[in-house]
Amino acid sequence: MTDVVFITVSLLTVAFAILALEARELVYGAVALALSFLGAAALFILLDSIFIAIFQVLVYVGSIAILIVFVIMLVRREKWVSIQSGTERTLGIIAAVLLFSTMAYFSLSTSLTTQYPTPTVLFNFSEIGSQLVNEYSIILQLTGIALAVSVIGALTMAKFENR
Amino acid sequence: MILLEPLINYFIVSLALLSVGIYGLIAKRNAIRLLFSVEIIINAAIINFVAFARYHDTPLLTGQTFSLFAIALAATEAAVGLAIIVQAFRLNNDIDVLELKRLRG
Repeated sequence: MTDVVFITVSLLTVAFAILALEARELVYGAVALALSFLGAAALFILLDSIFIAIFQVLVYVGSIAILIVFVIMLVRREKWVSIQSGTERTLGIIAAVLLFSTMAYFSLSTSLTTQYPTPTVLFNFSEIGSQLVNEYSIILQLTGIALAVSVIGALTMAKFENR
Repeated sequence: MILLEPLINYFIVSLALLSVGIYGLIAKRNAIRLLFSVEIIINAAIINFVAFARYHDTPLLTGQTFSLFAIALAATEAAVGLAIIVQAFRLNNDIDVLELKRLRG
């Protein structure tokens, strides 16, 4: 029993992910990637994880996609449109189809197919916040340090002048 | 909101995203497209985290909390990767990963 909303959202997510890699123009690819992230956020809403959906839209669609668009504008060249690699492409398609088909085939015989959710569990945001601060406070601080270090590193790298 | 899908549906979606990402990692030569692929794979992993935590017998909050960390670390990875791409473009005037041979011994 599948919901039509779920089917639509998941098909859009995967289709935009493919389009992000296959679009001729890199900017269109970035836009398709942002739309794919939006589809994943919709999946999170279907999974009753509103906070993750909000966070996903803020971080992925809001900052990463914009950052990617700016970098594409910085490093843009016309030549890329013509780059096509034949053998690697078929190799990639074969590897992806093999991975998908084998894992899907074996997972169809597991208990995942009969696992239905328990209804009506909506965590509110304060529970996430208290778990974040109480149980995972060290990981939270380490994540903050990693963010700071990566931003400083990225700025330093981008400031480095060519001789 | 009432969920009716079995867990396998979310697993299949996540698996499809993972396959698309693997395809991109193998087939593409443009560094930005490789970064797209990595982001797609991370997204697939996060979908799995949230789905499996939600479908647990007593739904777990830990899946959501862990997804927050995963998203934040994906953001750091994207920032550093894009800075590397910009720098590689400045030095080599190209971001085709097969042309970046400066570090080859």
